Amino acid sequence: MHNSDEFRIPIGPQHPALKEPESFSIALKGEKILGVDIRLGYNHRGIEKACEERTYIQDMYLLERICGICSHSHSTCFVQAVEELASVQVPKRALYIRTLIAEFERIHSHFLWLGVAGHEIGFDTLLMYTWRDREIIMDILATLTGNRVNYGINTIGGVRRDITDDHKRQILEAMEKLEERINYYIQIATQETTIIKRLSGVGMLTYEEALKLDAVGPTARASGVARDVRKDDPYAAYGEIVFNVITDSHCDVYGRTVVRLKELLESLSIIRQLVNNIPEGPISVRVPRKIPAGEALSRYEAPRGEDVHYVRSNGTEKPDRVKVRAPTLANIQAVKQMLKDRQLADMPIVVAAIDPCFSCTDRMVAMKSEKGASVIKWQELRNYSIEWYKKHGVDFTELNKKLA
Amino acid sequence: MGLVDCIVNWGRIKSPWILHFNSGACNACDIEIIATLTPRYDIERFGVLLKGTPRHADVLVCSGPVTFQVEDRLKRIYEQMAEPKFVVAVGTCACSGGVFKGCYNIKGGINTAIPVSLYIPGCPASPKAIIDGVVKLLESLEEKEGKE
Repeated sequence: MHNSDEFRIPIGPQHPALKEPESFSIALKGEKILGVDIRLGYNHRGIEKACEERTYIQDMYLLERICGICSHSHSTCFVQAVEELASVQVPKRALYIRTLIAEFERIHSHFLWLGVAGHEIGFDTLLMYTWRDREIIMDILATLTGNRVNYGINTIGGVRRDITDDHKRQILEAMEKLEERINYYIQIATQETTIIKRLSGVGMLTYEEALKLDAVGPTARASGVARDVRKDDPYAAYGEIVFNVITDSHCDVYGRTVVRLKELLESLSIIRQLVNNIPEGPISVRVPRKIPAGEALSRYEAPRGEDVHYVRSNGTEKPDRVKVRAPTLANIQAVKQMLKDRQLADMPIVVAAIDPCFSCTDRMVAMKSEKGASVIKWQELRNYSIEWYKKHGVDFTELNKKLA
Repeated sequence: MGLVDCIVNWGRIKSPWILHFNSGACNACDIEIIATLTPRYDIERFGVLLKGTPRHADVLVCSGPVTFQVEDRLKRIYEQMAEPKFVVAVGTCACSGGVFKGCYNIKGGINTAIPVSLYIPGCPASPKAIIDGVVKLLESLEEKEGKE
């Protein structure tokens, strides 16, 4: 709908406020947001389809690269599904190491988020502080797994690297340092008037709306929904660990900040328990290359919320179907609700508050008519658009020749 | 080379402004690029500043393989940059397509869309590798200046 009062602002695919190529078109009346259209697909790579052409081991590394920030989440989620299909009993020590890396990942992701949120509200000092402290975690991840991002520690049937007593000592020392910093950030977030005033009441999502729109992770927990896969459906070593599910009743961006900061403290306590109670034993078992036919669904609490992987096997070395439901896909519906009738200036922080990850989310849309599905080849579609623009008086032929 | 050109080139070498563009990456290289700009590695001490628009930038830092949808946008951003311009491909995907090579929505590395001056491999390229790459790029500019 287009009327004279309405004003449209395009944001993206390349925009200083966006880290990933996404296109938003915002309908405004004055400063008030009337509606938001999102154009997805810039980041779509077709990983699910590619999984069907690769073996399970190759898929694990490919799925790890869905998203670099929650890479361990995706690989663990997939590996859990495959292990269920193959009916493998994973050694306890391997489960503990997986959980340990998962919690490190949560800390690094939440630190990263805090910095980005600070940047979005113009508090760049916070960005620099949190990213400096995040390096403590990155060092540990590099020591334990050999890489700073995309750890590649999982394998089907266990993990690839063991941790030593020296590692344990390093981890515990780093946790001391981090605890001090996290307490400092909690103090900033709960006492600094500028932050409280900027974030309170922005991006409201009530308890009922959060349930209705099926929000997950910190976004749901900040609206009072105590939903956490680690507690509801314990996987890896979470069944043996004592921790609390953090919720908050603010229902706004401020609540989401508080939830994430308090989760950091919970993560520290989980890591300490894991390091102190890790059992001795092997770190992996052999799993045959061919996985028995069947289907499995695996759930995992990624830093951003519940991650779901579905794997269907046909008894060969390659999966028949892999389906990924990343947390951002569940949360993105809530953004529309949060932005309704808000000011344009609130948009960056509201979108950032769900900690969006578009490389996890990007999907392809297939159009179906009544006559059935029709497939248009890429080149045909391009030619069609070139003709359409020519008809409307825009000709890119000269520019194309220059670029070629 | 005239005096003005000399000063401009000196400025370019001492303070290259960069534009970061994600052409379909998994975020890993992107967070490593941001990590390079933040206090631990602090590439700003070489005068490298992150800019928001292609019209201000000398160097286009690309991460990720080129997806079909992003391809035209990438070309347009490259067109918008002022001469002389340089493109740095960060990460294995940006260099060759990496693990995504052969996926139905992937065209290939950055060089399949626009010319690339420097390749930094790694999955993801570590901040140290990125700094090393940037220094090499600046060194090559200095050599070029010496020849002219």
